Amino acid sequence: MSGLAAVPRSTVPSGCGELAVLRERGQREVFCGLAGIVWLHRKIQDAFFLIVGSRTCAHLMQSAAGVMIFAEPRFGTAIIEERDLAGTADANAELDRIVARLLERRSDIRLLFLVGSCPSEVIKLDLNRAAERLDHAYTGRGVRVLSYSGSGLETTFTQGEDACLAALVPHMPAEAADAPPSLLVVGALADVVEDQFGRLFSDLGIGPVRYLPARHADDLPPVGPNTRVLMAQPFVSDTVRALEQRGAKRLVAPFPFGAEGTTAWLAAAADAFGVPAERFRTVTALGQERAKRALARYRGELEGKRIFFFPDSQLEIPLARMLARELGMTLTEVGTPYLHRQNLAAELALLPADVVLSEGQHVESQLDRCRAARPDLVVCGLGLANPLEAEGLTTKWSIELVFSPIHGYEQAGDLAEVFARPLLRRARLEV
Amino acid sequence: MQLTVWTYEGPPQVGAMRVATAMEGLHYVIHAPQGDSYADLLFTMIERRAKRPPVSYTTFQARDLGTDTAELFQSAARDVYERFQPQALLVGSSCTAELLQDDPGGLAKALNLPIPVVPLDLPSYQRKENWGAAETFYQLVRVLCSPHAPKPGEARPARAAGTESEGVKPRCNLLGPTALGFRHRDDVAEITKLLGELGIEVAVTAPLGASPADIARLGEADFNVVLYPETAGQAAGWLKRTFGQPFTTVVPIGYGATRDFIKEVAQLAGVDPAPLLDGVRSRLPWYSRSVDSTYLTGKRVFIFADATHAVAAARIATEEFGFQVVGLGTYAREFAREVREAAKRYGVEPLITDDYLEVEAKVAEAHPELVLGTQMERHIAKRLGVPCAVISAPVHVQDFPARYSPQMGFEGTNVIFDTWVHPLMMGLEEHLLTMFRKDSEFHEAPSHLGAAVAPPLAAEVPPAAPDRAAPGAVSDTVPSAQPAASPSGSVAPPASPAPAALIWAPEAEKELHKIPFFVRGKARRNTERYAAERGVSLITVDTLYDAKAHFGR
Repeated sequence: MSGLAAVPRSTVPSGCGELAVLRERGQREVFCGLAGIVWLHRKIQDAFFLIVGSRTCAHLMQSAAGVMIFAEPRFGTAIIEERDLAGTADANAELDRIVARLLERRSDIRLLFLVGSCPSEVIKLDLNRAAERLDHAYTGRGVRVLSYSGSGLETTFTQGEDACLAALVPHMPAEAADAPPSLLVVGALADVVEDQFGRLFSDLGIGPVRYLPARHADDLPPVGPNTRVLMAQPFVSDTVRALEQRGAKRLVAPFPFGAEGTTAWLAAAADAFGVPAERFRTVTALGQERAKRALARYRGELEGKRIFFFPDSQLEIPLARMLARELGMTLTEVGTPYLHRQNLAAELALLPADVVLSEGQHVESQLDRCRAARPDLVVCGLGLANPLEAEGLTTKWSIELVFSPIHGYEQAGDLAEVFARPLLRRARLEV
Repeated sequence: MQLTVWTYEGPPQVGAMRVATAMEGLHYVIHAPQGDSYADLLFTMIERRAKRPPVSYTTFQARDLGTDTAELFQSAARDVYERFQPQALLVGSSCTAELLQDDPGGLAKALNLPIPVVPLDLPSYQRKENWGAAETFYQLVRVLCSPHAPKPGEARPARAAGTESEGVKPRCNLLGPTALGFRHRDDVAEITKLLGELGIEVAVTAPLGASPADIARLGEADFNVVLYPETAGQAAGWLKRTFGQPFTTVVPIGYGATRDFIKEVAQLAGVDPAPLLDGVRSRLPWYSRSVDSTYLTGKRVFIFADATHAVAAARIATEEFGFQVVGLGTYAREFAREVREAAKRYGVEPLITDDYLEVEAKVAEAHPELVLGTQMERHIAKRLGVPCAVISAPVHVQDFPARYSPQMGFEGTNVIFDTWVHPLMMGLEEHLLTMFRKDSEFHEAPSHLGAAVAPPLAAEVPPAAPDRAAPGAVSDTVPSAQPAASPSGSVAPPASPAPAALIWAPEAEKELHKIPFFVRGKARRNTERYAAERGVSLITVDTLYDAKAHFGR
């Protein structure tokens, strides 16, 4: 595969890069892990997410999920009330009652997550044990009950997905020790993206390929020593660690954003499965060419423009890499809520040496730096976007990057367009 | 524990944020873990505020719990004072910090900041958003006004700037409007103008637009106008006890209520209301009398909202539109008594609940022809194929229109007339639709109801695409707005009490389809009820017309 246009894999470092990181502690403007439910409940089609939390948790979900998506979603909140705290009600008995009522209403549920929140953690409500008890009680009805924490004390935004997937790992069936190598792609992807990758893997002769999360609760993929894990999202660290504990091997790769990232990501799998270089070139040529053509349409708009990332989803570093290398953007500051150096090693190696990385957040200081830098484009959360626009800065909502399909060759152009649109809009308006 | 899917109100600290964000020169420090800052986006995205809410969060994490979260709070409060230099500071806890019992009030006091510090004790596990707003406003008023209160037993000092005979106008405060309030911005403008026409000056509007210094001089006005009892009732009561300021009890929503309000205010201010009452100030009375409005007669309307807007809507619906109220309710338990009294007046069973599924069931059961509700009821109505107008919070980006759109005063009545009538068919249009419904050019559903018109009660939602592309944060125009798959369909309440044994004869079914779609559902239900009550199992054309004769249209 020496002819591979992407990164020569020999330069991918396995340890940490040399880049300095600004670590900050202070007020954060980031959703907590509960928000991950908003896409997970759509992805795992027969799962229900029951948050055990406060009215704040319920309100957060409502606000994060689009205040008024209506119809009954596959998530809800068991709101802890005064009497639960005062001990007049046995919290476990209450939980059992609510779960019984829920499962009665929703006979379609096959997998029920009890999701821990800040208050449930502070009052030390043991949801693991509650889940075990309920799992035992409902196993005869074909309902599995699991638990994980999405609390803001433990998780930030996309880490909620990591916690959810990690909770599934112990329940994945064991892959036979003599099974042929299989590929496990970890991290929720839009179905359309999953299908695109599926076709590419199949053309490469890689298989079997499985996905975590699967679309249905009963389709949990098997895992074993012959499983090769390819991360589709940078935030699934705990899940990958749990998979490694079950013998799976992690493949080191950049993330599949843009033509370059997608090619390198596929190449990591191709290498692991011994795909001949010529075949890899043939299979990926068309996608690469299309992605590059799609990106070229936006290069004029984005090249040389300065971009600033507030921390949000942990997608910031792979996206910054793609914007810098494939679209010629200049990175001012790239903030991430949490930096996992090992999982991002391949990405860090590709960043320009002078980039400012920041981890964690002190929102006021970061706003000061942002104003001082006067970037052409600011990527930030919904709480900050309009105020920054009012200050004359151009912004892109980071949340759109989590909720829309942006992975892979066919979405490379869409991804570039997401960043180009605010700039085009500002140029167009004369008011 | 209480199982909820959607809620009408947020937690009490969001109510406190609505007060803080409405004001100038105030800052709110809230002891809260990461994630609670989500509430900022309600203000910057839904209300499109150009400034961040003046709220700072301590953002404590699990690793802080073993150490000193109190110190974290103090350093956050100190930083806020240095950075923002507010005139006053609100301090409090969110639900999680409440469990830590760090006492933000005491901790902030210990910092000896040279500004008033108002501690908020908002029990998150008992109370909700509107209560939180009322309590916050009350505490602010109490702390900031107390230094100016007359001593016990002493009378209030006379007005400083002279008397009315010297051209000094009577003065009032407008109390209650907040950030993220349903049309509060425009209501304030409308009522300020109205009071101006009566020769009354508005001294302070609060919390919206007021600074702590403004709050401190609330006691100087002659009386208070309570625009939203949900947020201002408690503070107005305290001001009355402390400064002897009377306050208004009529909320000026609707034509009749606006006139009553004018009379009440004129009496409190000692001015003559006649000039204002004699002029024709609203188009509503004439529009309601115009023949095109004949079709509004006795339309069955279901009302669910916050208490103030629900009670006002019931009166307007009955007296000013000629509707029949078939349901009246609120999610605001604090005002259950007021809503119960109103329900009694209109002869309906009051619905006091914050469970939207219960509301949906009751709406379906009542077979209204129009729903007046919140954004939640808009969705309920959409599912049931019933027109709906939104009359109250919880708010949506649509509730902050660019145009001037008050609910209060005479202009408010014009706005309400249009808003309520639009989802319905106009009289002439309804007539023509019936006449020409066989015309091949004619589609059954009038365009403004769009595809939403499903046969009532058969509102099964098709499963949404399982695509991950889901939520947008605020608007329901993003893909997320597609109802999430609800395969069980358990949301839809049982179709009707009609037993499954009821069978429609083919000719009867055919005849039923000759009835215009917008009354067909009702005709079907009435016929089935008629048949069931008489033990008829096969519905014929005659049963259909018997039922029609029995129930009327």
